[in-house]
Amino acid sequence: MKSVIAALSALVIASSVHAGEVMKMAVTTSFNNSGLADILLPEIQKDLDLEVQLLVVGTGQALKLGRAGDVDAILVHSRKAEDKFIAEGYGPYRREIMYNDFVFIGPKADGAKIADEVTAAGALRKIAEAEAMFVSRGDDSGTHKKELSLWASADLDSDGFGPWYKAVGAGMGASLNTAAGMGAYIMSDRASWLNFGNKGDMALLYAGDPVLFNQYAYLPVSVEKHPHVKAKLAKQLEAWLVSDRAKELIDTYKINGETLFVFNAKQD
Amino acid sequence: MTDLWDGLSRAFWLVATLDAELSEIALRSLQVSLGALLVGSAIALPLAALLAVRRFRARRAVIAVLNALMGLPPVVVGLVVYVLLSRSGPFGVLGLLFTPTAMVIAQVIIIVPLIASIAHQSLRDLWAEYHDLLISMNVTQTQKIATLLWDARRALLTASLAGFGRAIGEVGAIMIVGGNIDHATRVLTTAIALETGKGDFALALALGFILIALAIFVNLTIHWLGRTEREGRW
Amino acid sequence: MSDMFPLSVKGAKTSRRGKVLVGPVDLELDGQGTCVVIGPNGAGKTSLLRLLHGAARLNSGQINWACSTEAAHHDQTFVFQRPVMLRRSVEDNLIYPLRMRGMARKQAKALAADWAERVGLQDMLRRPAPVLSGGEQQKLALARALIVAPKLVFLDEPCASLDGRAMREIEEILQEARAGGTRLILSTHDMGQAKRLADTVVFMFQGQVHEHSPAEPFFAQPETSRAAAFLRGDIVE
Repeated sequence: MKSVIAALSALVIASSVHAGEVMKMAVTTSFNNSGLADILLPEIQKDLDLEVQLLVVGTGQALKLGRAGDVDAILVHSRKAEDKFIAEGYGPYRREIMYNDFVFIGPKADGAKIADEVTAAGALRKIAEAEAMFVSRGDDSGTHKKELSLWASADLDSDGFGPWYKAVGAGMGASLNTAAGMGAYIMSDRASWLNFGNKGDMALLYAGDPVLFNQYAYLPVSVEKHPHVKAKLAKQLEAWLVSDRAKELIDTYKINGETLFVFNAKQD
Repeated sequence: MTDLWDGLSRAFWLVATLDAELSEIALRSLQVSLGALLVGSAIALPLAALLAVRRFRARRAVIAVLNALMGLPPVVVGLVVYVLLSRSGPFGVLGLLFTPTAMVIAQVIIIVPLIASIAHQSLRDLWAEYHDLLISMNVTQTQKIATLLWDARRALLTASLAGFGRAIGEVGAIMIVGGNIDHATRVLTTAIALETGKGDFALALALGFILIALAIFVNLTIHWLGRTEREGRW
Repeated sequence: MSDMFPLSVKGAKTSRRGKVLVGPVDLELDGQGTCVVIGPNGAGKTSLLRLLHGAARLNSGQINWACSTEAAHHDQTFVFQRPVMLRRSVEDNLIYPLRMRGMARKQAKALAADWAERVGLQDMLRRPAPVLSGGEQQKLALARALIVAPKLVFLDEPCASLDGRAMREIEEILQEARAGGTRLILSTHDMGQAKRLADTVVFMFQGQVHEHSPAEPFFAQPETSRAAAFLRGDIVE
């Protein structure tokens, strides 16, 4: 009995030690699912000797973590929420880094016939008219907020929708799983869709409307609100993210031969 | 169905090739849950013994609360621990959020009621058996508790392992307080949730099978180390 | 030899949930020999022993030892009708009371080996106590009670449900202890055993001490008619 306890203690106490500097950044699930992080983080580690620990959460939670001072910076894509974050003084500024785009996914048969629509609003109207099953993230994430604003721009009120509109309250991957299981339409960022492993009978049906562009911005957490944040490291990371090196890595990142992100940071 | 077979074969290859990333998260799973097991048992077992031995006014209430807390949703525990450990929370200065320590704390809160409740059942029965003798021998309260804990050790081991089972399979709380950070706080369960989210069911299942295997391995090892199976009735 | 005695009991009473189990009891006990408590079932033999031992709550009256109650408790042990075995080896059962009193393990083990020999359990030291036979368990319980060298041992029907051989072995151990100066207070419903062991007899009836006298005159000619009837084998009620 005593040997059990001793053996357990030994195992628990033995733990790894970090070398170099460490900072924490909250990012959205869609960014992480794109796989770009797996390309960028090792390079950052190499160039800056900086380990960036990613907290992969929804936009709402990412901003919340920033407000609480639990992370040093955030990388999100929801303009309105970002502006509010800055207006409340939790971050000194936002810096645009890159964008990707949202796409509409649905069953290959495309019962609502959205594939030939010209605008995103038109596609959504078709879905609503056909009352075709539609899965919404429903989790207050950047993607969810974008979807809601698109319904509004199509003059539709998502609160009044019938049972065909399913707000699942889950992350991008889980929502895609749900949509695939039900044969429903769903809006996804392109990266998550391309990396999604359970495509089944689903296909990319609509993309291309400029309103579907999805701007990512980097926001360091205010050192005035939270004196403990690693502002120096956050600044270093920002400088790296807008560098030519990052530009090249981002612009050349491809999944299945498709470019995902367009670097658009204003460089000094 | 094909996902299941894919999962099994992926699991096999991951283990067979001693995949570095897998070893890392599996080891971290073990560290966190065994840490929770140790700390949780150190709190829960004496507490259970005290509840068996001492008659105080709130005793029944405490037992009822412990029993009820066995069903505590891990997500709620995770949120509470998050709020407490957050930089803007009361223990923020410790900087524990998003560390394995925070995960241990959350799991301890989850498993203490479970271990204490199960342990209390067997300690109560043992106390009924020993009561007259120990009262007659005039032993102190501490000696009573020590005697019960030692003589019920086999049942207590089962209680602790039940706690371990709950801890190592738990995802809701450690996802929130650990953050599922690669190379820092990612463990088997959070990795499973992540891979499921990516739609890679085969890899998620493979990790699941490895989790089950790990839990079985730990149970067997601890039983073997304690040699409890060979000690006859207890 | 004993500084605990005389024990003086005045109007002592114990009850449980409103029902009087024993008392009021008046009793004077000195420090010599074996006192056997007899009486019909339900007369309160066990309760009297527990009351004197301090294991039953004293609701009213007084129990006065010649020393402090605490010191008296330290010097007495109790053997139950159904032996309580710690879930440990025979040896660990024997050293348990010594260890609880702070004796070093090595010394305690030496004593345990000695006592195991005396009660004939020397070959079973490593065996788990709960798997012993009834007789072996009672001998172990007895050795565990005697190992701390108490001045007084209470024995509540120690030989109930034991076979003849085990009973003889236990009585031999008891006689030895008595010869060594240990005061024994033993309850039994076995008249043969009472006659073999008793120096004095306490006859209990309906929760009262009905008669307390030296053994020889008691068995020859009890003072009360109820005791006489009990000894004759009549049903007493």
